[in-house]
Amino acid sequence: MLITITIDGCEVSVPKGTSILEACRMHDIQIPTLCYDPELTSDGACRLCVVQIEGNHNLPPACRTTVWQGMVVQTQSPKVRAARKTILELLVANHPLDCMTCQKMGNCFLAEYAYDYGVTGEIYQGEKRKLPIDDGNPFILRDPNKCILCGKCIKACSQIQGKSILDYSFRGFNMQVSPAFNLPYNESDCDFCGSCVSVCPVGALTEKHMVGKGRPWEIKKVQTTCPFCGTGCNFDLNVKDGKVIGVTSNPDAPVNGKALCVKGRFGTDMIHSPNRLTTPLIKKDGVFVPAEWDEALDLVATKFQEIKNNYGADAIAALSSARCTNEDNFVMQKFMRAVVGTNNIDHCART
Amino acid sequence: MAENQRILVCAGTGCASSGAHKLIDALKLELNKQGLEETVSIVGTGCQGFCEKGPTVVIEPQQVLYCSVKPEDIAEIVAQDIMKGERVERLLLLDQVTQKPLSTMSEVPFFAQQHRIVLKNCGVIDPQKIEEYIARDGYAALKKVLKEMSPAETLEEVRKSGLRGRGGAGFPTGKKWAAILPTPSDKKYIICNGDEGDPGAFMDRSVLEGDPHSVIEGMLIGAYAMGVDEGYVYCRAEYPLAIKNLEIAIRQAEEAGFLGNNILNSGLNFKLNVFAGAGAFVCGEGSALMASIEGRRGMPRMRPPRSTVSGLFGKPTVINNVETWSNVPHILLNGADWYTQYGTDNSRGTKIFALTGKVNNTGLVEVPMGTTLREIIFDIGGGIQNGKAFKAVQIGGPSGGCIPEEMLDIRVDYDTLTKAGAMVGSGGLVVMDETTCMVDIARFFLDFTQKESCGKCTPCREGTKRMYEILDRIVKGEGKLEDIDILENLSYTIIETSLCGLGNSAPNPILATLKYFRHEFEAHILEHKCPAHSCSALLSYTIDAEKCKGCGLCAKNCPVSCITGEKKKPYVVNEDDCIKCGTCVDKCKFDAVVQA
Repeated sequence: MLITITIDGCEVSVPKGTSILEACRMHDIQIPTLCYDPELTSDGACRLCVVQIEGNHNLPPACRTTVWQGMVVQTQSPKVRAARKTILELLVANHPLDCMTCQKMGNCFLAEYAYDYGVTGEIYQGEKRKLPIDDGNPFILRDPNKCILCGKCIKACSQIQGKSILDYSFRGFNMQVSPAFNLPYNESDCDFCGSCVSVCPVGALTEKHMVGKGRPWEIKKVQTTCPFCGTGCNFDLNVKDGKVIGVTSNPDAPVNGKALCVKGRFGTDMIHSPNRLTTPLIKKDGVFVPAEWDEALDLVATKFQEIKNNYGADAIAALSSARCTNEDNFVMQKFMRAVVGTNNIDHCART
Repeated sequence: MAENQRILVCAGTGCASSGAHKLIDALKLELNKQGLEETVSIVGTGCQGFCEKGPTVVIEPQQVLYCSVKPEDIAEIVAQDIMKGERVERLLLLDQVTQKPLSTMSEVPFFAQQHRIVLKNCGVIDPQKIEEYIARDGYAALKKVLKEMSPAETLEEVRKSGLRGRGGAGFPTGKKWAAILPTPSDKKYIICNGDEGDPGAFMDRSVLEGDPHSVIEGMLIGAYAMGVDEGYVYCRAEYPLAIKNLEIAIRQAEEAGFLGNNILNSGLNFKLNVFAGAGAFVCGEGSALMASIEGRRGMPRMRPPRSTVSGLFGKPTVINNVETWSNVPHILLNGADWYTQYGTDNSRGTKIFALTGKVNNTGLVEVPMGTTLREIIFDIGGGIQNGKAFKAVQIGGPSGGCIPEEMLDIRVDYDTLTKAGAMVGSGGLVVMDETTCMVDIARFFLDFTQKESCGKCTPCREGTKRMYEILDRIVKGEGKLEDIDILENLSYTIIETSLCGLGNSAPNPILATLKYFRHEFEAHILEHKCPAHSCSALLSYTIDAEKCKGCGLCAKNCPVSCITGEKKKPYVVNEDDCIKCGTCVDKCKFDAVVQA
């Protein structure tokens, strides 16, 4: 059933049960929000998406207000913009202004909205948080002073990963997001999947190994499939100057969405590792010696042929891997059956 | 000696902390000594209400009220009053005008002008004995409802009574109860909200301590009307006596068959649990309270869905305040028509107020809705302490506002007070006199709310903190004129955009104070003066050379030795070193120290 509402003077029809924010997004009407994520439940915490509804004295959040027939909404009225500006001023007043060196620069929603609303952070002078930075683990850098307490990381951890490592602690101005008992990440049960990092709208949670490696506008994003297991997760390789500097979630990834595991998100250091093998090695006199591909493949083919001639094709077996693509695995079984001539083909993921 | 003599000793939290239990021990010893232990009974009651004069002792049946009683007075009370029937005059309250002793409670204006419905048993019965409750028509309303009325008739009676929620917002109780009916569910809950957190409020504590069965009976009637079989009483852990008395009451009610299965052979089943909150003001908000019972962090959530659709553990739930539940048995026993004779058209019945601050008779006051603030503060409360001038009364706690003198004749009901920029709230009344700085009061309440904000939504978490900081600068003389505009703008944004009632009402103390006492803000900012001479940073101390006799008492007592001079010559205050403690003013016998 469709509901007709008026947004900023334009009549639009949306399905019953749609929130004002969803209705706006369906029709390309921009509403700022810091705590909304379509994959997570909506709490209406940041209050930045407030809108004006005819007949309603207060300004309800668009993300948690369901449309009704005949609703008249204003998303950019002076009253709405003034309220959003005040909320942004309040957030910026309690936020470090080190944007020049902040890893999130260029990708920070708070900075983007502050720019849009002309927020300087000068109106409200007072106490600012001075909390210790959690950098005791190799993967995630947590700067609680930059946290705007939107709660998305908490929900990503509990609702997508099912781990519930993070939650709010303390209250009022002293509220923080942290693992239980305010422990650092590495002393908690965190698996370092980094889902929290993938949803953070500001620089509170960042990929530690990417710090200082590049700005968003210098980075080319290359969508690829993770090589670590057979799930087939997609993500974006972040490439700068021909080098992979890290991985970020691609929300459109068909298998996994923004979710990744610790290996996929943080295990890319092997790409440019100096220890990585770049040529085949053949053991000669007990020592591995670098060889050309032709030499190596000839050697393998000769040995296979010898075994097949002496003992028959069934003396050869192959075990394929879930870390290969479907296509690789298909070719592998084809090779064993059609070229080698045996059905001795198995796979590590077979149960 | 009179028959059926009972000695009621107030053992509510207030009087208990000023020595009530020592009185009870002394009474037991003395009655034993005189051989009266069989004929005279001692009852440790809940709050009798007259906290200012505690511990209070009432001798029944004559209703003699003894005030500020000490253990050493007991022998005299027993010998003179109990044994001879003569009053111990020095322990009686004096009439404010004639200074004559008032020998019975009915002569004391504090009690005479109240109308006690909810507090009927408070201070009269032993709350730990169900028989005493039953002896005063306890559980009679439940019996009547179960035997004579259908659930629908019961709900209709509550609706007709016009009872509105006593927790503050004043939502019609009958309407709320009816809202739980349409949602089909295998389980529904009712909750009693006893998370009383307003500074200066102690109505709910007193009812839970002094008459817990009335709450249980109210909930039982609600359970019957709404078809609910389980309930919770959420009481803050800072109220240990309330929790203790409630748990005793529940056990006794279970033993007597008022709680449990097939209550009074009616087929009604009802289980009542007590849950102690861990001390968060925001847990008085319904959705945060339910999150707390569920074992989660006490943070409000957005509506819809309303709790009557999806509340505790996701089940339809009705949550009412202690005082609301406690009204229910009276309405059902006496009928809605009886109840509607009290109060105003839109605010029926009575309301309990916790009267505190600079008023002569602090204590617990129950009056019909529509009573004026003047009647409560001056007739019942006995006016302002030490003959000072009334300045304002803070009503509705951190969500309310300050009402100035010119509005003392407004009637206390939900709608009138909201129009005046305050609210009935839970019922705290904090009286302020001419020495109270209104900017400092606003600062006090904002300090409270910014600490108690749960932190979930931005405007409340960050905004109340900034408002507090601005007010703090103003009381220190560091404010700027534009701060007033910033405060007002911030107030409206916080009201309009906050998630729950805490944020929606947190700026009220500022807006009401700015509305009625704007000149005090301006005096702090522009003149660096506190008109109430209360903000220490803005005070200056000088010595009037003409009045000073050079005795040196000020200099001797000055904690930072910033007063110097020679004997018999005028002394001088070195203002740079002065910490503005005011000791010199208190010590000077010649009023020579000028505080400005």
